[in-house]
Amino acid sequence: MTEKPIISARDLSVHFTLRGGALFSKQTLKAVEGVNLDIPKGSFFGLVGESGSGKTTLGRAFLKALKITRGEARFDDGEVDYDLVTLPKDKLRDYRKRAQLIFQDPYAALSPRMTVRDIIAEPLEVMGLTSSREETDERVREIAAKCRLNLEHLRRFPHAFSGGQRQRISIARALVSNPRFVVADESVAALDVSIQADILNLLKDLQKELGLTYLFISHDLSVVAHICDHVAVMYLGRLVETAPTRELFAAPRHPYTKALLSAIPSLDPDNKGDAQKLEGEIPSPTNPPSGCKFHTRCPYAIDICKSVEPELTHSGMEHDVACHRWEELAEA
Amino acid sequence: MTLLTVDNLTLQFDTDEGRITAVDGVSFEVNAGEVLGLVGESGSGKSVTAKSLMKLNPGNAIYTPESKITLSLEDETVDVLSLKTNKSLRIVRGGAVSMIFQEPMASFAPAITIGDQMVEQLVLHKKITKKEAKAISVDMLDRVGISDAAKRFNQYAFELSGGMRQRAMIAMALSTNPKLLIADEPTTALDVTIQAQVIDLMKDLVAEFNMGIIFITHDLGVIAQTADKVAVMYLGKIIEYGSVRDVIRTPIHPYTQGLINAIPKLDDLDAELTPVAGDIPSPLERPSGCVFHTRCPVAEPVCSQQVPDMTAFDANHTAACLVAARERSAA
Repeated sequence: MTEKPIISARDLSVHFTLRGGALFSKQTLKAVEGVNLDIPKGSFFGLVGESGSGKTTLGRAFLKALKITRGEARFDDGEVDYDLVTLPKDKLRDYRKRAQLIFQDPYAALSPRMTVRDIIAEPLEVMGLTSSREETDERVREIAAKCRLNLEHLRRFPHAFSGGQRQRISIARALVSNPRFVVADESVAALDVSIQADILNLLKDLQKELGLTYLFISHDLSVVAHICDHVAVMYLGRLVETAPTRELFAAPRHPYTKALLSAIPSLDPDNKGDAQKLEGEIPSPTNPPSGCKFHTRCPYAIDICKSVEPELTHSGMEHDVACHRWEELAEA
Repeated sequence: MTLLTVDNLTLQFDTDEGRITAVDGVSFEVNAGEVLGLVGESGSGKSVTAKSLMKLNPGNAIYTPESKITLSLEDETVDVLSLKTNKSLRIVRGGAVSMIFQEPMASFAPAITIGDQMVEQLVLHKKITKKEAKAISVDMLDRVGISDAAKRFNQYAFELSGGMRQRAMIAMALSTNPKLLIADEPTTALDVTIQAQVIDLMKDLVAEFNMGIIFITHDLGVIAQTADKVAVMYLGKIIEYGSVRDVIRTPIHPYTQGLINAIPKLDDLDAELTPVAGDIPSPLERPSGCVFHTRCPVAEPVCSQQVPDMTAFDANHTAACLVAARERSAA
């Protein structure tokens, strides 16, 4: 990669303090721990993991919607270069314009008491990006058309729309400030399959047209395989593997990635997806296992896995994996 | 042996905005030891159909007189829709028919232990003491793979993880030895690795107890891995019905074909994702003729006028499409 990544993180950690069971006792929940990640400009970057893996927290940390506990995070879109940890308040407003979020549930994300036009226009008004109502209206119409919304719909209220149309409204709202970086957090998870494909195609088209970089957070590996060009896999707050999509799906290296892939139910009734069914469940993040966080469920765990946490290391072109035994396992 | 026969089930709801047809002339059968998959998108009527089997639909539900649901048990035949009193309904509400719900957290009472809830329903359905019921419950929890079952018995739903709760739900549903199990999106709220475990568990249980299962889901991959037969629903109608291999490999109805094309497949990453055009119509504006004609890529003028019947395309494969039926008779 010659170009600088739009987002880069070094040793990024987000911890939450929880009040424990006993009076005055406190627990630390390490939602994201020691993440090193570069998101190339113009990429469709997938972030996958099960619930509790910290993928949403990481996405929100990049949007500066959460306090970063430790480490570095930078945003560089070619126009501005921001240190996200120390970003001063007066720059934050500009950053909000450049980095946006598309939510999961299009039913909960839209205010039922605002018209579609007002919902899409609100970010412009709050950020003071337009100077007149005419300018706002024009910008709203422009983005609505790009998101394939019927302009007659702008005067209606969200309840009149189906799930797919609502998600197009949320996308228009997120893109109205002309952001460079968009976090899409499970943005198709609540939609039916027939509609899901439509929204995925729209996201892809908008990326080309507007030159966007996406961080696409999802638990659905088959969706990620189709739409993303890079993928990072998280488990209990750690990155366990990152690679270009094709590489990751053709030759997964981390045992967790392999297990995730083999757990996807195949459409072929005779392909029983044999392989590696994982035992047990993801441990509680307030009390994570020692060493490699995955060793409690890993079929290949040996002694070292229980005591030493593996680092994310290069295993090939742009393919990083955090596993003590990936080389042995790749040969086997 | 046929366990359940649903014949011409039509169900309407009286609402402020008018009468809505939620289920329209649905017929299917479930045999003992067989898994029927009921697939469809939101609003297709799959959950309402399942709830009819236990008469769990709200008071404004109207079943047409032609609708018939028959449960054939060893010692009796039950006409489900004619059951009126709560006492007589017990046979389909936890007795011979049990249900597993999508969201296990919402289905357990939060302030009563898992064990007490299991014992309560057992004592209600079987003539046994609380002590016997406890023994059965602990044994059942153990069989669905919950470690330390005796301890879990005394815990509350919030103390269990998502996968554990779904297992407890399954244990509770199976403890009364039902003949028919209705599973409404039982794995949708679970992570894939846990989903795989629950699917395996359910398959083992069908074999062990020789139950019939109705498995409701929107995920065709899950259906392919669990079901023997599948019924595809759209706007309250079954539009295709057949063995899981036939329906998934050689879908006949344009909607089933569209649904399969819209799924991202892992073995072909270059394939374009083709959405089914348009949106599901509102139940208040049910299309005339074939309910799918507003979104159908091969619709002809006749499709908006004539309601297609289910036509047999193969020994165990039927579909309701005028265009496909004509092409078949021409061939």
